[in-house]
Amino acid sequence: MIASPLVGVLSLQGDVREHERALEAVGARTCRVRTEEELSHVDGLVIPGGESTTMSMLAVRTGLLQPLIDAVRGGLPVYGSCAGLIMLATRVLDGRPDQQTLGALDVTVRRNAFGRQVDSFECDLDMPAVPGGPLHAVFIRAPWVEECGPDVEVLARVEDGPATGRIVAVRQGKALGTAFHPELTGDGRVHALFVEMVRQG
Amino acid sequence: MSGAQTSTGTTRVKRGMAEMLKGGVIMDVVNAEQARIAEDAGAVAVMALERVPADIRAEGGVSRMSDPEMIEKIQATVSIPVMAKARIGHFAEAQILQSLGVDYIDESEVLTPADYSNHIDKWAFTVPFVCGATNLGEALRRINEGAAMIRSKGEAGTGDVSNAVTHMRKIGGEIRRLSSMSRDELYVAAKELLAPYDLVVEVATAGKLPVVLFTAGGIATPADASLMMQLGAEGVFVGSGIFKSGDPVQRANAIVQATLHWDNPDVVAKASRGLGEAMVGINVADIPVHHRLEERGW
Repeated sequence: MIASPLVGVLSLQGDVREHERALEAVGARTCRVRTEEELSHVDGLVIPGGESTTMSMLAVRTGLLQPLIDAVRGGLPVYGSCAGLIMLATRVLDGRPDQQTLGALDVTVRRNAFGRQVDSFECDLDMPAVPGGPLHAVFIRAPWVEECGPDVEVLARVEDGPATGRIVAVRQGKALGTAFHPELTGDGRVHALFVEMVRQG
Repeated sequence: MSGAQTSTGTTRVKRGMAEMLKGGVIMDVVNAEQARIAEDAGAVAVMALERVPADIRAEGGVSRMSDPEMIEKIQATVSIPVMAKARIGHFAEAQILQSLGVDYIDESEVLTPADYSNHIDKWAFTVPFVCGATNLGEALRRINEGAAMIRSKGEAGTGDVSNAVTHMRKIGGEIRRLSSMSRDELYVAAKELLAPYDLVVEVATAGKLPVVLFTAGGIATPADASLMMQLGAEGVFVGSGIFKSGDPVQRANAIVQATLHWDNPDVVAKASRGLGEAMVGINVADIPVHHRLEERGW
């Protein structure tokens, strides 16, 4: 049990600062991760929202992809929102053919599944894994989870509109992924859930 | 999405989209081939337009929204967000761009203005807008009209970074000044900035704009990108700087690297090597004031 764990935020591109604030609000220390050396110090890692193809490309070019894969395989707790969820997936639909991922979650994700930016939306979700009632979720050019392997736990689905039933939050072992952005709402419950996973080591 | 509980086009969704672009490079492209090069280089988005600012400057004439067919070709080619420009105040062009499903509209001084008094009422749209600003008051007026992202204007199509520096320093300096003021001084500060009082209080309290701030207008080298990031930009628009240079592929890659590692001179040095010719450029000081694009917007 780690009292105040150090959680790194992958800082290749995206909404890094918002994740840092959300993590600090629930008692974690944070640092930015752009190198293998920085990665080696953290107790857990968040992969932020951003452009998943860009992030994947930069991970390859900075030589960080393999260390990330190794860290995740070695049991480092990870949480990804939106582009971060795509980075954690095993299979990506509608991505670039050369898009690399970490394979921490045995899921197939569909990129930009809800449509273009004009289709981006907010809604309430039931997510029993976080106590305290419905969660307000922000989806921005978001992916969804199209298929899950047997060891993946589904944490939330869309409850309304044409995408009703689509899976938007999953957990497998020490990996957590959401298609939405809890870092943009000021509701710290998803980050608290992840920091608890990190504390358990 | 529709239904009782879901809502599209909210302020949070619009501003949030810009948050996802932070730390990235947005590149001007005039065709699908350039869009592909930009995406391959690691651009976080492309800006589709008919002529890059350097050509608009050289050729003159009225500059307008791009042909929808060209925008659609670019949308079909890349999977990263596609932005497009509308003329200042030309809400019908903006309606067309929204109907095409572009991901962001740039209400841009690079095109010939359509309205010399009013900007577009951006709250009326589902698609988010980015607007240029030369100072804090201008940025807050645009945000008051619904802009969800701001870029410092610089002077587009020159390859001269000096105006981008001036505008970024000005916006940053004015924010720092507000943060140091007592509450009762903010009324006059709002009057002097010609900006809404509530937004002035918000900036004074947060010490930053309520939306993401990128830089634009004259960025031509990896060092320029690093300079602007160090001055407080959260990301970079590159217009003519890439496709008017000798080796666009190399230069696009290098500017992406420099924007990511802006605080590491060793990486920026490496990225700056062997890039071939930068765009030739024009000194802003040699352009008559009435021909400067930064003067457009009110």
